[in-house]
Amino acid sequence: MRRRATPSLVSLAGACLVGLLVYGVTAQSPSRTLDEAVAQRRYPAAPQARRSLPVLPVLSAGSRGTLATGPPASIGHSDSLAAYRGKVVVLNFWASWCEPCQAEAPLLERTQGRLEPHDGTVLGVTYLDASTDSQGFVREHHVTYPNLRDTTGEFARAYGTDYVPESFVIDRAGDIVAISRGEVDQKFLNKAIALAEST
Amino acid sequence: MRRPRRSFALLDAPGVAGTLAVAGTLAVAVALGASTRATAATPRASLPVIERRVMCVTCKIPLNVAESVQADRERAFIRGLIAEGDTEAQVERSLVGQYGPAVLALPSAHGFDLTAYLVPLVAMLALSSTLALLLPRWRRQARAQAAERAAAGLAATPTLAAADQARLDADLAQFDR
Repeated sequence: MRRRATPSLVSLAGACLVGLLVYGVTAQSPSRTLDEAVAQRRYPAAPQARRSLPVLPVLSAGSRGTLATGPPASIGHSDSLAAYRGKVVVLNFWASWCEPCQAEAPLLERTQGRLEPHDGTVLGVTYLDASTDSQGFVREHHVTYPNLRDTTGEFARAYGTDYVPESFVIDRAGDIVAISRGEVDQKFLNKAIALAEST
Repeated sequence: MRRPRRSFALLDAPGVAGTLAVAGTLAVAVALGASTRATAATPRASLPVIERRVMCVTCKIPLNVAESVQADRERAFIRGLIAEGDTEAQVERSLVGQYGPAVLALPSAHGFDLTAYLVPLVAMLALSSTLALLLPRWRRQARAQAAERAAAGLAATPTLAAADQARLDADLAQFDR
């Protein structure tokens, strides 16, 4: 009996370790649940819509750390995706160090110009980026749309975002109708925004 | 004119000057001790130490081995905070505030990350208890086997024939010469 017990215990411990490893790998890898739902046209509600995120303060051109032209309420303030309910939102995760984010910034700015008169907006969320670097990016690319900061990475994780840029087009009801994991292009935005406006 | 003379006289008085000298020395020692303690309580942050504890958030490797634009940005950020006099803990807090917990090289102490600390601890405990259980048993078995071998060895010692014994003794005697 004893002779059987020791190998059984060792096997059990080994199985537990393997199970833990598998769980760790699956839990840490980005979720693709949203992508599957969107692909099946079961438009899922945007996750963590009520999560409050700090607003990225806007600095004046050439200033270093002093707030000037940005909305005065932005410093020390936070905002959530839920505040944009009723609008078509292009939720864009970005970081100043990301080259495709720099490439798509002019397109997103043009999209903002197109969405704003129709009660829509591009909403940027910075991820793994220092606020001063993000502010430099906003200034350099003349970004006028609002930007929030995901300082914990939990908001990005809820969207299965591990790399930037990634964009989620959200309709007026707060449901995700299109996802772009990578740099967006005009064709994707045209199609996704039309879909969001029609739902 | 009187005052200096009086104070001189006071200092000249035996015992007073000595007391003052001792008091001065003590004051200097206390002041030096306090400054040393203050320095020890707030050690100056060092870039290489912090670099080992944090990650380059884009390269996903420790900052001390990372070579990228983002790594340089993080280093510049850390240097700025060190120049402002921040301690290592404060610098790490600021980095987490900017980049999130992913910037820390060590896993956090909650959630699934806790397993990084618990699994080695549990494994060590399991190994120690297994050894504590098995070692005495192995030693008992080894002793019993040795005793068995000794007993078997004594019983099975081959006996030499008288002629062979005589030849062996003669050979050994040759070596002794």
